[in-house]
Amino acid sequence: MSDRVLPDVTAESIKVIAESAGIGQLPDEAAAALAEDATYRLKQITQEAVKFMHHGKRRKLSTADFDNALKLKNVEPLYGFHAEEHIPFRFASGGGRELHFYEEKEVELGDIINAPLPRIPLDVNLKAHWLAIEGVQPSIPENPPPVPKEDQHAADRPPGVTAKPSGKDGTKPAGKPGKAEVKGLPSEVAGVKLKPVLTHELSVEQQLYYREITEACVGSCESRRAEALQSLATDPGLHQMIPRFSTFVCEGVRVNVVQSNLALLIYLMRMVKALMDNTTLHLEKYLHEVIPAVATCILSKQLCQRPDVDNHWALRDFAARLMGNMCRNFSSNINNIQSRMTKTYTKILHDEQSHLATRYGALAGLAEMGHDVVKSLLIPKLKEEGEKVKMLMEGPVHNSVDKTAAEHIRALLLKHCAPVLAKIRPGPDNQEQYKTDFGHLGPLLCAHVVKARQQQQQQQLQATTTTAAAASVVQRPTLQIPQKSDWGRASAVLSAMAAPRTPTPQPTTPSLLTISRPSTPANPPSTPTTPTPGTPNPQTKYIIVSTTKASTSTTLPSTSTISSSGLASSSSSAASTIVKFVSAAQGSASGGSEPRVLAQLPSGQKYVVVSVPSSGQTTTTSQGKTQAVVMVKSEGQGSQGQGSNTGITSAAGTLAQLATSSSQDSTKSSTGLQGGATPKPNS
Amino acid sequence: MADPNRTVVVTDGSNDASTVSGAATGVQSSPKGEKGAGTDPSKMDQQTLAAVLQFLKNNKLKDAEAALRREAKLPDGNGDSSGSSRVATSGEVSSVLSAYESEGDLARYCEYYNSLSSFIESSLDAHKHELGCLLYPVFIHMYLQLVYNRHEKEAHKFFNRFSVEQEDWHQEDLRTLSTVKTREQMEGNDLMDTFRSSKFVLRMSRDSYQSLRRYLKQNEHRELLSILQDHLFIDVFDGVPRNREQVQATSGAMMGEARRDANKVKVLYGLPKEPDINVPLDDDDEGAEGEDKPKKKKQKKDLLLNKNKKADPNAPPPSRIPLPELKDADKLEKVLSWKEGLKRVPLGRENLPSICFYTLANAYQNVSAVGVSEDSSLLAAGFEDSNVRVWSLSPQRLRTMRNASELDQLDKEADDIVERMMDEKTAADSWLLHGHTGPVYATSFSPDREQLLTSSEDGTVRLWSLHTYSNLVVYKGHNYPVWDVQFSPTGYYFVSGGHDRVARLWGTDQFQPIRMFVGHYSDVTCIQYHPNSNYVATGSSDRTVRLWDVLNGNCVRVMTGHKAAVHTLAWSPDGRYLASAGVDKNVLLWDIAYGRLLAEMKGHTDPIYSLCFSREGSILASGGIDNTVKIWDVQKVFEEIAGSDDLTSLDRASLVEVGSLLLGSFQTKATPVLKLHFSHRNLLLGCGRYQHS
Repeated sequence: MSDRVLPDVTAESIKVIAESAGIGQLPDEAAAALAEDATYRLKQITQEAVKFMHHGKRRKLSTADFDNALKLKNVEPLYGFHAEEHIPFRFASGGGRELHFYEEKEVELGDIINAPLPRIPLDVNLKAHWLAIEGVQPSIPENPPPVPKEDQHAADRPPGVTAKPSGKDGTKPAGKPGKAEVKGLPSEVAGVKLKPVLTHELSVEQQLYYREITEACVGSCESRRAEALQSLATDPGLHQMIPRFSTFVCEGVRVNVVQSNLALLIYLMRMVKALMDNTTLHLEKYLHEVIPAVATCILSKQLCQRPDVDNHWALRDFAARLMGNMCRNFSSNINNIQSRMTKTYTKILHDEQSHLATRYGALAGLAEMGHDVVKSLLIPKLKEEGEKVKMLMEGPVHNSVDKTAAEHIRALLLKHCAPVLAKIRPGPDNQEQYKTDFGHLGPLLCAHVVKARQQQQQQQLQATTTTAAAASVVQRPTLQIPQKSDWGRASAVLSAMAAPRTPTPQPTTPSLLTISRPSTPANPPSTPTTPTPGTPNPQTKYIIVSTTKASTSTTLPSTSTISSSGLASSSSSAASTIVKFVSAAQGSASGGSEPRVLAQLPSGQKYVVVSVPSSGQTTTTSQGKTQAVVMVKSEGQGSQGQGSNTGITSAAGTLAQLATSSSQDSTKSSTGLQGGATPKPNS
Repeated sequence: MADPNRTVVVTDGSNDASTVSGAATGVQSSPKGEKGAGTDPSKMDQQTLAAVLQFLKNNKLKDAEAALRREAKLPDGNGDSSGSSRVATSGEVSSVLSAYESEGDLARYCEYYNSLSSFIESSLDAHKHELGCLLYPVFIHMYLQLVYNRHEKEAHKFFNRFSVEQEDWHQEDLRTLSTVKTREQMEGNDLMDTFRSSKFVLRMSRDSYQSLRRYLKQNEHRELLSILQDHLFIDVFDGVPRNREQVQATSGAMMGEARRDANKVKVLYGLPKEPDINVPLDDDDEGAEGEDKPKKKKQKKDLLLNKNKKADPNAPPPSRIPLPELKDADKLEKVLSWKEGLKRVPLGRENLPSICFYTLANAYQNVSAVGVSEDSSLLAAGFEDSNVRVWSLSPQRLRTMRNASELDQLDKEADDIVERMMDEKTAADSWLLHGHTGPVYATSFSPDREQLLTSSEDGTVRLWSLHTYSNLVVYKGHNYPVWDVQFSPTGYYFVSGGHDRVARLWGTDQFQPIRMFVGHYSDVTCIQYHPNSNYVATGSSDRTVRLWDVLNGNCVRVMTGHKAAVHTLAWSPDGRYLASAGVDKNVLLWDIAYGRLLAEMKGHTDPIYSLCFSREGSILASGGIDNTVKIWDVQKVFEEIAGSDDLTSLDRASLVEVGSLLLGSFQTKATPVLKLHFSHRNLLLGCGRYQHS
């Protein structure tokens, strides 16, 4: 008992309180007597408050419980103590005294009166689902996944390491086993432990599901595809079917590369992405099929019938990003995926004879590996690549295919190298210096770096993120987007539940999903504990989070700093479900009016596009072909103008949108975000 | 009956007469069933009388006092007012406080306690566990004596040294106790008052008691002796001493176990004969189905009716409690529910139920209560922002009644008058009821679904009309939060219970409670009306479950065994078994016929807030804030006791040994299970509020 701090009010505290109440000299005895009594009363009231917690059927004691307990004891409850934070106390020390205080800011009444009315929160509604049907829990998104991910992993492990049958038995109902049950051989028969054999037969329902999903994924109907991908990305209990899906992808890529069918390749990559997004699946055992397929889509010489018109670059970008995510999620000391892929890429770059498209893929692949890789492998090559680009663009032999390739390579290098350079090179940026260091690309690079620097400086006004640390540990996410693994599911459920009963959405409540931020673990580590002067309202933040697991990955430094300034965007390919989180405790209250929701696709995939004043036109179509950023749009149109294969262009358009909306395009979208964020401190 | 034991303690005992009688009663309620000695009741009456007189005097109610004195044939109070007041105060306050006044060497308390515990440790294994129960009350009272006599330091030391040795389930009370550090704080502390004014009940076999007596004789610890005499009630029984499991099964309540004589009254737990129902059985329905089918149906129905008509020897006479007369609508209702019952799915080990779960989304304010109507067509949720919301679970949307002028124009003779009264324009999926000024902790629908009761932190119970969606009556009586309220199965009556430790029985048309059930040592946290409307079961945070007779307000069963506050109760459909659960995460099953514990079901990892028996009583569903619904095979227990229904083993709480009863466990994603309800067809409905983490 002595080793823990005794929960007592000390006489010093009483004296401090007395001082603040205007009593200067409180005698020691009086303070001690008061302290003792205060301790007793506090404990008594807390114990009463626990009763209210129990009757409120909660696990957490709330301030309201405490108020009720005070009321019970005929003490006037505390008025106006409603903190938006979980623990609203600030710490200060000085002069040998340590003090925890509650920071109360002066509030300008005018601001409150003139502030626009907060949006009305969504109304309470009731939704029914089947928790169990005759003792068997159906695998629907409303229910937790039948086999927890850890158990999938345990089942994957070789026998003898640790087989935990006991934990499983406890969770399974003892009644009828489900159809998709792990069929264990009678393992105790001879005292020999046999590895349980997984059934390789799918139930009729699963076969139907497989057929429907695969048909929809590669079919021509975009809305059905979106639905299928959504199902792949969110449904729990698909783990029985991953082998089938991974084989499907692998074989599909093999066939379609030969036939140069760009559209199908894109569809297959999107399938891979959806599978990776599914938080209940454990893909590790199937990488041997998936990785070659994805690598093919990055590096293949020819991915489309008309390399001069078709936008196969988007596919390469997208696949490279997938690969980057895979490396981050699955690379280990045993499989060494990251180093093996990096080797593959660099080998191509060293090979002078390699095809330009392949080179582009290799560069994109490296760029997606993270900052360390960019710094050590890409930047030293800038000069060489620059010369190559120059030769192709200005050289004597004019080949439109080569020229577009060169343009793309240049854009790619600028996009990825500039932010890194802005970090590692000390300013000021001198055009000449860049020219000597990086050759042909120098001047352009210089312009980009300057732009990147400006952004960073703006963000550093409010940020305390250590960029050095961010640069040094690129492999690990520097910014943990507040994201527990079940958020994806949570939001999926919420999206299902938040929908009003009637199919037509209410005009007053836009179908934007608003979730008040959970109080405990969700604080991004970079959020400062004490508000810096730059942020007058630290509680109101807009965090755009893609709720998939993949996005816990590396973020660009620029975005990580954005987060602390008020906007966090996760930079990764995961864009299937972007949910806007308003972190203020009043839910959607205060600032919800500022960024406008422009697009929500009715087909299940949700994009919340924040209106970005500076990035020009942001147009949406309800079909899901959101051409979000002008640059991408022009590319898409370029191919559309000449091409006859509209299927390809629409797929490429969607893909481009996926790529851009996940904000890897730091220049465009982060300025956009910045534009949205900067007016805030003024308001 | 010459009982040599009776006097031993007394002669050893120190001084006053009250301790003598206390110890004497302790021994006397031995299994022969002999009630307390003749002197005791009269003495008790004297004391009570004196206390009442004192109260009247203090409140200057002279006439009443004089009247009472006249009636009680007491001498006029004016003469010896000082004397009587001294008697009264000593009866009320000083007897309790002075009991703590001790001249003995308080510093030696540690020694005494050590000696007692080492005696218990060294005694025979057979007695060890029964005697072990002594330690906790002795510890408490020693500590309180130390505090009372202003030995704060010693008290603190004593507490720190021995509190860790107490059983886990006592720690909650010990925490409360540990806050009391000075004599002043002892005043007005609820738990303190309870300990001071009531005796801690222990049950012990005669053998164990003998060995305790020998120990006390050898070591003349006067203080220990006086604690045992003043604050403990040792209920001695003949028979084999109980083992550890048996002792643990029933211990845990705030003031020890139930006295054996507390559970002796016969409880008429059976269901009364169903009244004859002469309602034309749904002509329209049968007419539509042709001529052959109705006959078959009628036969079936007759079978069902016959079954219910069989007289149950344990059923109370129908006139025992005046019940509201059945209206035509009620009869129709009964017929419909039978009809539904015919389609019931039998549940059991092999047939687990289907569970339909209702999730409340977007409830930013917490949901603190959920109620479902008997026929599963309505759901009411109470929120912590004092709102109540009613949803319809059936396709029938919720409508209000037309206004008076429109009602006036209706043809009152029409067959579908009820239907016509409703205003189709107001149909809505849910209605919001405003009125309470604090979190709503319970909701209960009347059996006819025309009224709704809610109880709240604001100390009121409110009755709402579900025709107009407005508040009809506010029942004030509990001045403190009302934790639970429930309609009787027949309507009209309802019970409420709250922080004031009293459960009240009300009639919907009366402002005053009809009965007050007083006896719990702490908050009444949950209430269940017995299916035959003659009894009310209450659970409390003193960790007991009590059964009260509605006829006379007596407590007829006290059941101990929970280790933390009880938060939910459920009756089996036949009225004989009661299930209870709460913060201690265990579900306990009780046999009301004998007031004994039948089974303990462990498995939940967080407090349990809902229990429900299936319609035929074969399985029990439990749900709590660990987000799981668990299904238990109670049929197995019932079968077991049906086989071994001998009365000899009933006194000792022996759990039915049947192994694990868990049939299934179903987890929700992030929704605590606040309410479970079996529909007539045995579909299990669950409800809770989605909590994003």
